[in-house]
Amino acid sequence: MRVALFATCVNDALYPSTAIATVKLLERLGVQVDFPAAQTCCGQPQYNTGYRRQTEPLVRRMGRAFEGYDHVVTPSGSCAAMVRDHYPRIARRGSDPRLTAVSESLVPRMYELTEFLVDVLGVTDVGAYFPYKVTYHPSCHGLRMLGLGDRPTRLLRAVKGLELIELPGADECCGFGGTFAVKNPDVSVAMGEDKVRNAASTGAGVLCGADNSCLMHIGGILHRQDSPQRALHLAEILACTEEEPLT
Amino acid sequence: MSGTFLGMPAFPEAARTSVHNPTLRANIRHATHTIRTKRAAAVAELDDWAELREAGKQIKEHTLRHLDRYLVQLEEAVTAAGGTVHWAADADEANRIVTELVRATGESEVVKVKSMATQEIGLNEALEAAGIAAYETDLAELIVQLGEDRPSHILVPAIHRNRGEIRDIFRREMGRWGRAAPDGLSDEPAQLAEAARLHLREKFLRAKVAVSGANFMVAETGTLVVVESEGNGRMCLTLPETLISVAGIEKVVPTWRDLEVFLQTLPRSSTAERMNPYTSMWTGTTPGDGPRNFHLVLLDNGRTDTLADEVGRQALRCIRCSACLNVCPVYERAGGHAYGSVYPGPIGAILSPQLRGTQSEIDASLPYASSLCGACYDVCPVAIDIPEVLVHLREQVAEQPGHRLERAAMGAAAKAFDHPSVLAAGQRLASLTRRLHPSKLPGPGRAWSESRDLPAFPAESFRTWFKRQERRKREEGTR
Ligand code: SF4
Repeated sequence: MRVALFATCVNDALYPSTAIATVKLLERLGVQVDFPAAQTCCGQPQYNTGYRRQTEPLVRRMGRAFEGYDHVVTPSGSCAAMVRDHYPRIARRGSDPRLTAVSESLVPRMYELTEFLVDVLGVTDVGAYFPYKVTYHPSCHGLRMLGLGDRPTRLLRAVKGLELIELPGADECCGFGGTFAVKNPDVSVAMGEDKVRNAASTGAGVLCGADNSCLMHIGGILHRQDSPQRALHLAEILACTEEEPLT
Repeated sequence: MSGTFLGMPAFPEAARTSVHNPTLRANIRHATHTIRTKRAAAVAELDDWAELREAGKQIKEHTLRHLDRYLVQLEEAVTAAGGTVHWAADADEANRIVTELVRATGESEVVKVKSMATQEIGLNEALEAAGIAAYETDLAELIVQLGEDRPSHILVPAIHRNRGEIRDIFRREMGRWGRAAPDGLSDEPAQLAEAARLHLREKFLRAKVAVSGANFMVAETGTLVVVESEGNGRMCLTLPETLISVAGIEKVVPTWRDLEVFLQTLPRSSTAERMNPYTSMWTGTTPGDGPRNFHLVLLDNGRTDTLADEVGRQALRCIRCSACLNVCPVYERAGGHAYGSVYPGPIGAILSPQLRGTQSEIDASLPYASSLCGACYDVCPVAIDIPEVLVHLREQVAEQPGHRLERAAMGAAAKAFDHPSVLAAGQRLASLTRRLHPSKLPGPGRAWSESRDLPAFPAESFRTWFKRQERRKREEGTR
């Protein structure tokens, strides 16, 4: 089984710890992961802002980068959803047959991390240890577009020492929304502040999510408010063990 | 009496005011969260909800594909049943037709059934300009009209008002337009309803002309359908001598049987009821029963243009249930007025720019008034993929002048992403200079850093780490 990691541009540049955690976690589970260096960005920022044409070269690049791998795993719900939901649309609306070829080949091989763990590897207990109170925010793309369901929380519940506390209003958007965050900053921040208030009410020390772009927004508000709560990607929790705790 | 949306500022600006209005936020939050929870329960009761939703979608899709045929069939059926059909290409034409029809009756006032189409064309204002008073009889519309306010919700246009505010409006305004509010009116719902009942009853009994919209029009029989909760609509539809109905051309359904689907999905989606209290249906005129004259004004007003857009046309499936507004986190915080249209919320964000075009500031900003969270699509009873249409409309707006800088930036980013070595060099530079990065950004970046900190830039990118890792493994392997 040849497995490639699609780290995503955000993780590559801003949250390498998440991508590193994903590699360590998968290796611990006996999966050898490649990182094809030709990968960059799936094109989500361009596409969602209305620049579909500018997305096309990135779609072709994704196709080339991940050619020949059985599975492509990404620790980002929104990037997985970009490929799965929007690549077929981009192919349909574009005029280049290569876009269709990429879409048809890549879509069935693209897995969000928790899907890969639960559906492909068939594990929910990944042998992690994380002795903290955690609350989980299921980002919109994971929740509604990918339909991740309870995969993330099943994984979290199986972590030794971890106490999972339900997040009130969990299914509500955090207000990030890509360029929405800067095009509509007042509404975006108002949504984020409500999310942070709900998270604080749980008393958890860690607000966990499976999409670092949302966590960048939520974490940015937590940090500005000097909150003791920390935003952390699911992969980083699952990568922790008694021997190698969170740093 | 009521205000219009002309000259609205762009969405982000309008939303800024409402986001920082605590009363407004509390009113809308309370109302939307209550109805949201109830809707979910009402929908969960049906084990064939997914099938009903798909059926609703298919019926509407089919009808839109053959709209020309069904509209002609409808016209024939309405005419055969004693009604008169008028065709209006735009708002002005529709207003002119209705004004002339009212004038021909010699009356100077009309009672109105709650209707989105007449709000859309600004009929009340047009009638007022012609010296005809139009009285809204839906309770929430009445509150909006008396308060010289604008609607902020499709189903509950006064959702932004609480009971205390409504009491004040009734006390202050009712007397100017008819029967005054009773002395000592409190903000008890029963008392407020009674005040409205007394005020409106007078108008129902006097009115000779009524104006309505329609939730559905059945092509095979020529029947119009209005679905409501209060019964005030039925008063208007049955008491006056002349009834004028204005409806968008997309409201037609082929057969009577098709109503089976929508009369289940609409009430559950809008008011979370299994069935709405009043469903009025009429077919032309019936001697000795109800209005003696019936006119149907079929309104285009941008709908055929919308129909020509293969992605955007799904917006015409909308049955105006408001479920998408009630679950929308942006609507909840920005309020309905920020959308600068009688159609607020997610459906407004895709409908207004299509019906009106994307030239004005407000219409060009609406496709961006969403975080694309998808909650609207999930609840829509006719499965309109609102996020898909939003992104599609963004594409249209991005082609317009004024997006030059953004287009350049997006192009540059895409180009960098298409050259991993350039990207890696950029990342290395950013890491080297990371201690110099400001925590607050200047220029457009301020929109981010006003209320949010930026993440600390890491010492090395994942790319660099992985390469190092590979090298180490290789060296360990060869040793
Ligand atoms: S778009 Fe869908 S959910 Fe929104 S009002 Fe129309 S039918 Fe209802």
